[in-house]
Amino acid sequence: MTATAQKTKTHTDEPNRGYLHTVARRFLRHRLGVVSLYFVATLTLLALLAPLISPYDPNKLVGKFSAPPSLQFWLGTDQVGRDVLTRLLYATRISLLVGFASTAIATAIGVVLGLLSGYFGGWVDMVIMRFTDMVMSFPYILLVLVAAAIFQPGLWNIILILGFVDWPGVARLVRGNVLSLRETAFVQADRVAGMPTRHTLFSEILPNTVAPILVYATSVVALSILDEASLSFLGMGVQPPTASLGNMLNGAQSITILTTKPWLWVPPGLVIILLVLCINFIGDALRDAVDPRNLR
Amino acid sequence: MMRYLLKRILIAIPVLIGITLLDYLIMSLAGSPLSMMQGPRVSQAAVEARAVELGLQQPFLVQYFTWLSQLLHGNWGYSIKTYRPVWEMITQNLPPTLLLMGVSMVLAFVIAIPVGIYSATHQYSKGDYTAVTLSFLGTSIPSFFLSLILVYVFTVRLGWLPSGGMSTLGTGGGFWDVLLHMIQPTIVLTASLAGSNIRYVRSSVLEILEKDYLRTATAKGIGRRRVIRRHAVRNALLPIITVIGMEIPMLIGGAVVVEQVFSWPGLGLLTMTSIMNRDYPVIMGVSLLAAVIVLLGNLLTDILYAVVDPTIQLK
Amino acid sequence: MQNDTPQPPLEPDGAQTLLSVRGLIKQYPIRRGWFPRTVATVHAVDGVDFDLHRGETLGLVGESGCGKTTVGRQIVGLETPTAGEILYHGQPLPERLRGGERGDRTRLQMVFQDTFASLNPRKRIGDILGDPLLYHRLATRKTVWPEVHRLLDLVGLPANAAQRYPHEFSGGQRQRVGLARALSLKPDLIVCDEPVSALDVSIQAQILNLIRDLQHELQLTYLFIGHGLAAVHYVSDRIAVMYLGKIVEIAPSSDLFFAPQHPYTQALCDAAPVPDPEERKRDRIVLSGEIPSNLQPPAGCRFHTRCPYATELCKTVEPALIAHVPEDPGHMTACHHAQRWITKKGALQA
Repeated sequence: MTATAQKTKTHTDEPNRGYLHTVARRFLRHRLGVVSLYFVATLTLLALLAPLISPYDPNKLVGKFSAPPSLQFWLGTDQVGRDVLTRLLYATRISLLVGFASTAIATAIGVVLGLLSGYFGGWVDMVIMRFTDMVMSFPYILLVLVAAAIFQPGLWNIILILGFVDWPGVARLVRGNVLSLRETAFVQADRVAGMPTRHTLFSEILPNTVAPILVYATSVVALSILDEASLSFLGMGVQPPTASLGNMLNGAQSITILTTKPWLWVPPGLVIILLVLCINFIGDALRDAVDPRNLR
Repeated sequence: MMRYLLKRILIAIPVLIGITLLDYLIMSLAGSPLSMMQGPRVSQAAVEARAVELGLQQPFLVQYFTWLSQLLHGNWGYSIKTYRPVWEMITQNLPPTLLLMGVSMVLAFVIAIPVGIYSATHQYSKGDYTAVTLSFLGTSIPSFFLSLILVYVFTVRLGWLPSGGMSTLGTGGGFWDVLLHMIQPTIVLTASLAGSNIRYVRSSVLEILEKDYLRTATAKGIGRRRVIRRHAVRNALLPIITVIGMEIPMLIGGAVVVEQVFSWPGLGLLTMTSIMNRDYPVIMGVSLLAAVIVLLGNLLTDILYAVVDPTIQLK
Repeated sequence: MQNDTPQPPLEPDGAQTLLSVRGLIKQYPIRRGWFPRTVATVHAVDGVDFDLHRGETLGLVGESGCGKTTVGRQIVGLETPTAGEILYHGQPLPERLRGGERGDRTRLQMVFQDTFASLNPRKRIGDILGDPLLYHRLATRKTVWPEVHRLLDLVGLPANAAQRYPHEFSGGQRQRVGLARALSLKPDLIVCDEPVSALDVSIQAQILNLIRDLQHELQLTYLFIGHGLAAVHYVSDRIAVMYLGKIVEIAPSSDLFFAPQHPYTQALCDAAPVPDPEERKRDRIVLSGEIPSNLQPPAGCRFHTRCPYATELCKTVEPALIAHVPEDPGHMTACHHAQRWITKKGALQA
């Protein structure tokens, strides 16, 4: 072979750009998923830019107590006089942060443990699985509540708590995939070729499980956002004065606010619903897009 | 079968011990319950005396084993806050939660299974889209938000339903009274449970519908309905049983938020209050109960599996 | 690198023994009960001996479940033998494959049956071939692409194949990639585990030819595992027939095909399709019954339950694998009545 043979593409076929390309193409066929993606992206962008675009400071008292929406305050003011719209933007930011960060933590832990457990088997597997069972056996809410009570509610605590409580699902999923992948011919060929375990795990097995992990992760994000909201609503999550979509709804527990001041609680609720709904749709579209049956 | 059961129970014991140990450990890190007691009117000496009384001065392991041995004698301890036996508090609060969650879960399945099957067999139809959208909504709406909306509509605007509690104050209860009180929380719980169940049922039926042996059966000339009923459903049962198994922990913990919003006197409410009060014994009791129920639930699920799927062998 | 290991003395017939298998046994316990209690054992491989000489192709045939794949996997290190030894150049091999082998084990490579499953669907061909080269320092980042192209060329694939993914290729092409991968580490021995069984017949011929050509070009040694006698006969110098975990006959391939001494081999040969309408009329040996379970192999000669010529002796005493014709030591059979077939040699070819 001459030197010019290096990486030349012949004029005959354009090589398939591979996996990612196919997946992206199929994802785009789901209108609902695409719309949701745009929505979430926009919302995220708005949330990220909150300090730049919000009209007021979220913690400063700028108006009358509980003033209804007006031109000055698009969504009115809350019980102590802060601008609801601003708080809404900041709250979205917080909720998104919690959702993504805790999922990232949970996924990282779960992937590592799942890989180890599935590939090595034996007592490593047993120990990890028993541990997973123990964590999973606990009613979720109980675990989170107890942890929140102990470690004092707060933004980063919540993120860590949720991250440490959500990993078993990921671990189980990864382990299952690894177990089946372990016996496939290409993994065995890898071993026969004398490749190190590190390579087999991360270069051969992991890329083949990324798809289901990603799909599962979207549902974890959705769940985390919901959980953070619930926790904050109960007072065990993000603490005031920091705004979170959940604690903005806290006030609605009083009947007067519920009935007479809808602008205080309806917007945060709607944002949660829309956010979670869209993330779920994205996850669904993603699941269809990576369905291995359609890749052959 | 018996051996399998015994084996599972044997394994469960160390797991239980592990859980409770972990619990106790965490709790002891959490801070003394006495911190709630302190205030300007309570002298330091009184606090310390109380600490000794409760045995809080002793090293952690000693405390744990005391609790454990008491437990084995049937004594679940006494609430630090109310001085009532933990056992009594739990058994008092358990039935309302079971009632609420039980009814909701059953309803959720009653709705989810037919809807899921319909959705899967009539894929891409309007009915399917509606079902899927509704199920997504169900899982996306935070339970407390839905609760608020329901209360707004049914209690405030329409005045039909009470806003909280299990029975009207002052009355003894009575079937209809409790029922009325139960409607709203049940709707909230059922909505989200049904939402996720519909998705499970739908996707597992879909998966099975695509399998070749169904096509064979249809080709053989068995009517489509019969095909679905006999072959598809039986095999879809397996994932459904998995789902049931996964949802059993929810029997205890799933209603925490809803109980809080509707002041429903169940375990969730008990847990919340005892956590706020750092009421160790109660928390331990609830955790233990939860763990036992979950382990039993897992066992039941495994047995059901083996019954439904002849290819599974219990080891 | 291949000249580092000490060379064992040459065999009397001048061939050099590359691999020796002695008393290879592989059993899989079936466990039931609380504390793992073995209730039964699958006797997958039950005492197999053979030698592989450098440069030859030994075919290994038998029905599904006879243990031939297991033998191959043990040689390559994917399974650990329960007993027995595998000697490479006279030295025992390190047992199991651990991650990151760099020693002798990499001289023994494998080509797999399922062409799709043997290539990572997420990786490009170029990476599949290149990664082992880089790890074993057979190439550097600069030399790896030319090396990959060289390998592709060797197996008859165009250079641009390196950019593509396995699913873009046909079964035959994928198998070429499998061969290229096995070759990339410059092995002495390649175990071909039913490499053509999953391919269309017309492609089978191409791949078989490629395998043979490569052997001549690179002085390779093959253990060719298959269940179709015709294909195995085509590429092999010698053939060993396995039944229920043991070798029942081993001989140079033409001898085996045209003058089989064991009834099982005869049945296999008869079953191989011959493109001649006259053949329809010949008497075939049709075996009765099913292959017995290898949980509890039959006593005596394992084949006696299906053998049309079984006698009392066959039911009780297990025959040894020996050469029944002293002048022909390369042809060994495990049958008490092999003599019968030898004298009737002429009559067998109908």
